[in-house]
Amino acid sequence: MKKKKQSRIILEILGIILALIWLSPFYLMIVNSFKTKREMFEDTLKLPDVFSFENYTVAFERLDFIKTFFNSVLITVLAVAVIIIFSSMAAYALSRRGGKTSGIIFMLFVAAMLIPFQSVMIPLVSIFGKLEMLNRGGLIFMYLGFGASLSIFLYHGTLSGIPKSLDEAATIDGANRFQIFWHIIFPMLKPVSVTVAILNIIWIWNDYLLPSLVINQQGMETIPLKMFFFFGEYTKQWHLALAGLTIAIIPVIIIYFFLQKQIIKGVSEGSVK
Amino acid sequence: MRNRNLWYWLFLAPALLALAVVVILPLAFGVYYSFTDWNGIKTPSFVGLEHYKALFAEEEFREALWFTTKFTVVSVFLINFFGISLALLVTQKFKTNNILRTIFFMPNLIGGLILGFIWQFIFTKVFASVGELIGVEALEGWLSTETTGFWAMAILMSWQMAGYIMVIYISFLEGVPQELLEAAEIDGANSFQRFYHVTFPLVMPAFTVSLFLTLSNSFKLYDQNLSLTGGGPYNSTQMVAMEIFKTAFVENAMAFAQAKAVIFFLIVAAISLTQVYINKKREVEM
Repeated sequence: MKKKKQSRIILEILGIILALIWLSPFYLMIVNSFKTKREMFEDTLKLPDVFSFENYTVAFERLDFIKTFFNSVLITVLAVAVIIIFSSMAAYALSRRGGKTSGIIFMLFVAAMLIPFQSVMIPLVSIFGKLEMLNRGGLIFMYLGFGASLSIFLYHGTLSGIPKSLDEAATIDGANRFQIFWHIIFPMLKPVSVTVAILNIIWIWNDYLLPSLVINQQGMETIPLKMFFFFGEYTKQWHLALAGLTIAIIPVIIIYFFLQKQIIKGVSEGSVK
Repeated sequence: MRNRNLWYWLFLAPALLALAVVVILPLAFGVYYSFTDWNGIKTPSFVGLEHYKALFAEEEFREALWFTTKFTVVSVFLINFFGISLALLVTQKFKTNNILRTIFFMPNLIGGLILGFIWQFIFTKVFASVGELIGVEALEGWLSTETTGFWAMAILMSWQMAGYIMVIYISFLEGVPQELLEAAEIDGANSFQRFYHVTFPLVMPAFTVSLFLTLSNSFKLYDQNLSLTGGGPYNSTQMVAMEIFKTAFVENAMAFAQAKAVIFFLIVAAISLTQVYINKKREVEM
């Protein structure tokens, strides 16, 4: 038994060492973001002489961070809301009516998950460009199109477990389909909705390629998009670039710190189903 | 009767419309365009298989495809190796268990583009500093050759995705019934035998899921590729996704790029379906 305990301690130390290695890129990024250009040129490993926030003020301003952050929040919140509302409704219809048509439509949604973005991106941008549906509205609609598959898949699994007799009882009480769904079914789907929300928020918040193709109006850039431009402008100025990267990451880390349990649970449920 | 169907289509309409307009229609148009001389503006006319013949003859595309394949094989192996190891590690009864999980998973919350930039700094600046410190010149210019660029991307992807795969494995490992393991222990199975004969078959579905995720994520990689190496030096670390993007939006060869995109789709679909099919056959039912 003693031997078992000893090997457990060794394993735990190994785990902690690995965790420190895992964190080291963030450490190096933060430490160097406080250095002056000259200090960084001399050595990237040592601590800065003084922790000056100058890089941060400059990066914050150049990234137009408040606006960029707000753009990201707006697009993510709206897109995820739209995905949750319409995917749960679609999954409800598919699981309740059943039949051949529903089977085919459900398979269509699932099969769409296999299609890589690159194989639809060129016509997609061309079609939406011609319809003059680029920028925010178009982007949110596109996120619904790309996000619906997995979300419907997840909702569908849970809905099959909710007995139809519940719907029937409500029908006898005089409720119509919309009332049944919004008052009885949707509240029961809350745990799945959380999973769906988490998975879609992570993806949409971090998405670069789609906004880069769709957002062409200045002042509407999301964080990844603005970061890309910012980086291009300051290629050789790592002290500013690192401060910018840190600023971009901070909101995510703060949220993760509060919601880590739910996030990890959501991700594991989403990928296991 | 009509009324009963109305709600059905109303509930489905928004999601179905979005799928049709955003995915199905562009895919259909895309396949059609790949057989034409479409350039994004003028009315396309039919050119048959011309683009498909040309794309396999094009060195840049072939190289990107080969690089992507090599990268996928290596990164799938590394990510799964680290993912499983981390999962086995953090399912021991440690006090620091939750903190470790939180840390290993963290990179997945930050977008590929930003992670690529962070690692660009590590590989170019920090590696150079370390190289100077310990006197190893080989650490300098890490992103300036094809081989080191390749490993840079493999390191970045392993660091990012291992935590994701870990989470999947944890949920299956925690589902392995404790009685089964205890019974095996009483029967005299050592810890390796217990893992191989009890745990391993039961976590096989996790392997299906994570292989699927790592395969398609590695093969479709774009953001990390763009921000870490930018495809350089001389396009030697350029992956297929990036090559297609460049053909379309930099060289403006829309129809040609679309033909590449169709091939890309076929490869991704073939890989994913084959892999799921093989793995499903090997899973055991509880």
